[in-house]
Amino acid sequence: MSEPWEEEGPGTIKKFLYVNRKAPYGTIYALESLEVVLIAAAFEQDVSMAFLDDGVYQIKKGQDTKGIGMKNFSPTYRALEGYDVEKLYVEAESLAERGLTEDDLLVPVEVMSRAALAELMDQQDVILSF
Amino acid sequence: MSMLHTVNKSPFERNTLNSCLGHALPGSAILLIEDGVFGAVEGTAQADTLRAALADRAVYVLGPDLLARGMTAEHVIEGIAVVDYNGFVELTTQYDKVQSWL
Repeated sequence: MSEPWEEEGPGTIKKFLYVNRKAPYGTIYALESLEVVLIAAAFEQDVSMAFLDDGVYQIKKGQDTKGIGMKNFSPTYRALEGYDVEKLYVEAESLAERGLTEDDLLVPVEVMSRAALAELMDQQDVILSF
Repeated sequence: MSMLHTVNKSPFERNTLNSCLGHALPGSAILLIEDGVFGAVEGTAQADTLRAALADRAVYVLGPDLLARGMTAEHVIEGIAVVDYNGFVELTTQYDKVQSWL
C-alpha cells in the first residue's frame, strides 16, 4: 500500500526565487543555496535563481580550486538543467561593476536590469536569499 | 615599523578594503586574500581605488584564491604582484607586524 504523501503529487506549485548575492568559497552561502535549490526542484516547484552583487562570481567561468583545497562546485550550475531548473537571471549592473560580461559566465542565463529584476522578485510566491 | 595588511572581504560587499587603505601608511603592504582578491581585478568599479594605493604602498594578491574564483594573473591590475602560499609566508617575515582586516 502506498503512503498518502506518495499519492498527492506535487500539490500546490509555488514560484520560488533563490537570490544569490555572495561570492563562492569565501563563505558557505553559495554552496548552501545550491543544495536548497535542488531540494525545491525535487519537490517539483517552479524554481528560478537570481545572481546579483557578488553572487555573479558564483557562475564565473574557469574556477580552479585545486590550490585552496576546496571542492569546485561550479559544474553543478550546468547540471541544474537536468533538474528542470532552467530560469537563471543575472543582474546587468552587477556584471558591469565587476568588469564582467555574459561571455564570462559558465551557464546560459538571462541578463536583466536591476529594475526588471525587482519586478521579477515581485512576481514570486517565496524568496529565499543567500 | 612597517606593516603587512591582509584583506579577506570583497570590496563590493564590505568596506574593509577602503578602511584598510585609509589606515595603511606609505611603505606598508596590502595582501588581498579569499574574497578580497576581487579588489585586485582590472576593469572593475573598484580598480581606480586600488591603483591609487599602488603609488606609495605595495599590493599583493594570493594566486590560489584568484584561480579558485575563475581569475588568473592576467586579470590583475598592473603593479599588483601575485604570490603563492610560500610568498604569503615570506611577506609575513618581511614586515614587522601583520594586521588582518576582517
